[in-house]
Amino acid sequence: MAITEAPAAPAADKRNPLTAGGTRITLIIGGIAVVGLALVYLLGDREPALITQYLVSGLLLGGVYALVSLGLTLIFGVLGIVNFAQGAMLTLSMYLVYVLQSSLGLNLYVAVVLTIPLLFGFGWLVQSMLLNRLTEDASHDRPLLVTLGLSLLIVNVLLMIFGGRPKSVDAPVSGSIEILGALADTQRIIAFGGAVLVAAALTLVLRKTSMGLAIRAVAANGTGASLVGVNVRRVYAMTFGLGAASVAVAGGLITPFTTLVPTAGEQFTTLAFVIVVLGGLGSIPGALVGGLFIGVLQTVGSLYLPGSGSLILVFGIFVLILFLRPQGLFGAKQ
Amino acid sequence: MTATDAPAAPQAPKLRPANGAKRQYTFLLIVIAALFFVPYILPDSAQPVAVRTLIFAIMAVGWNLMSGFGGMFSFGHAVFFGVGAYTDAYLLTAFGVSPWLSMIIGAVLAAGVGLTIAYFCLRYKLAGSYFALATFAFAQMFYLLSQNLGFLNKTDGINVPLLPEESWAMLQFDQDSKFYFWIPLVILGLAMAVTIYFAHSRAGQFAQAIRDDATAAESLGIKVMKYRLITVAMSCAITAVAGAYYSQYYLFVGPEQAFGIHVSTDAIIPAVIGGIGTIWGPLIGAAVVGPLSELIAHLLRNPPEFLEFLQGTSGLDVAVYAALLIVIVIFLPKGIYGTIRERMRK
Repeated sequence: MAITEAPAAPAADKRNPLTAGGTRITLIIGGIAVVGLALVYLLGDREPALITQYLVSGLLLGGVYALVSLGLTLIFGVLGIVNFAQGAMLTLSMYLVYVLQSSLGLNLYVAVVLTIPLLFGFGWLVQSMLLNRLTEDASHDRPLLVTLGLSLLIVNVLLMIFGGRPKSVDAPVSGSIEILGALADTQRIIAFGGAVLVAAALTLVLRKTSMGLAIRAVAANGTGASLVGVNVRRVYAMTFGLGAASVAVAGGLITPFTTLVPTAGEQFTTLAFVIVVLGGLGSIPGALVGGLFIGVLQTVGSLYLPGSGSLILVFGIFVLILFLRPQGLFGAKQ
Repeated sequence: MTATDAPAAPQAPKLRPANGAKRQYTFLLIVIAALFFVPYILPDSAQPVAVRTLIFAIMAVGWNLMSGFGGMFSFGHAVFFGVGAYTDAYLLTAFGVSPWLSMIIGAVLAAGVGLTIAYFCLRYKLAGSYFALATFAFAQMFYLLSQNLGFLNKTDGINVPLLPEESWAMLQFDQDSKFYFWIPLVILGLAMAVTIYFAHSRAGQFAQAIRDDATAAESLGIKVMKYRLITVAMSCAITAVAGAYYSQYYLFVGPEQAFGIHVSTDAIIPAVIGGIGTIWGPLIGAAVVGPLSELIAHLLRNPPEFLEFLQGTSGLDVAVYAALLIVIVIFLPKGIYGTIRERMRK
């Protein structure tokens, strides 16, 4: 029996969670979502038009969530770091867009493009100056504490510079369009498109470039990668930089419809963790599907549980996933 | 010297732990006795800061039991703090229960909640980052629940009514009464005594062995789940008492004050700065962190010339505190006390 099983093992290992598609699980989740929505439409006791509106809003919100989670899943998946500063980095990129726009008068989307290398550099510095000092011991709580400190530091430095009063940026496009009889905000559709674009770009980088190969190698086995000549510390810095750069896209694209205060990113930190664990550590398709799922769950759930009540559902699912399928929906079983 | 020591030597290894505990109890008594006089030295305006520091210290001592001695990194101690705070406020406003009793009820409830959470987390073998994330998720759930439950007044929170006269039974005194400082000081002393007792007890030794190597401990016949749960229960109970006192001192508790993310971090940071897994670490950390924001606020009110540009800004206190946290975690991973102790031994 051991002989027949032996060849299967390496094949299973090849399935890299960073980019693995997972058709079966996609179908299962899709099925659950369709059945759930059908139940809401048929037995939910709410106007179908209202449900459609909530569904569309939920999908668009999910796009924003996915966008924020993409960078986190890369950092969590490759470095194993619970990056608590993800939300603060999101806020940082929003303020960078604001500064670029208000002082240089740039177009919003030009400012977003300029923010990407800035955040990449920031992430690179954080990893190489701070977090790389901690990689010698395998402890998980020290990196977490450093990113927690970093999060507090970023938020409060922003507060010192800009104060607590909300800022706003001008968006070149506005208004909304109709989808299936429901109104969809153009800004949010653009953010949704951004999520798909970033996911595609990250997948391409991971699959097609030598840097991506190095990142996947380090994620699979850090010691092995360093033995064949990969500079692991550089890959770590690169990965954190990439994670920060995807956050820059997220921050820039959600600025038009977010109240810009130093704590604006905080709500996303917690949800991004939920999505990353749900989708599977380090899985890019997982972050996309997880983001959409959580967005729809929260919005459609708020039809029945008003206020912040629907978030209880979200965290309930999170805990269930942690207990029952800790590798996440798209993660390979460890 | 060697001549007088010689007869005692064979017994020394056996006696050492007991002596260590005795020395620590004595030292604790001296520290608490010294702190007893703090309200006489401090101006009345500084008393709230001192009380807040004591509340931080109790929370950190509680957190340190579970995460330092037990090795289960909790990122959701707000759950237990909040359960304590809400139990006190709710029982008092709804049934007029004395805060002293509510403290005990809250501690038992929090221990129950903690046991349930920890049992499931350990049952499903969550470790490391996943354990931290799960505890964090529970704290968020409690936060959202408290915002949505009618009997807890939803987002408005619960006000504890102010009594017209002083009352020991209801734990209310004149606004500047020194008892507001002495009561949490005694609670802190008791919590520290529990820590010292636990660290030297059989259960505590088992818990530390499990922290260092769970597999090895289990193979020696130690019941891993049992001793982990004992540690969790004590940790949660202590944190809940801090919460109950919080409601009583500020006469108000709301979702943000009870279950907010910052409550969990307030329990963690003093322990980390002072030294995780040490007996005195949380106390030292709280003494550093507690007055920090007030000192910085004072500095900003009358800034020296080179800092004048900072006048009127907010956020500097937390920024300094955050920078301190980063520096300590990177350069002094054992915390202030842990590092000093290591140097002294060398």
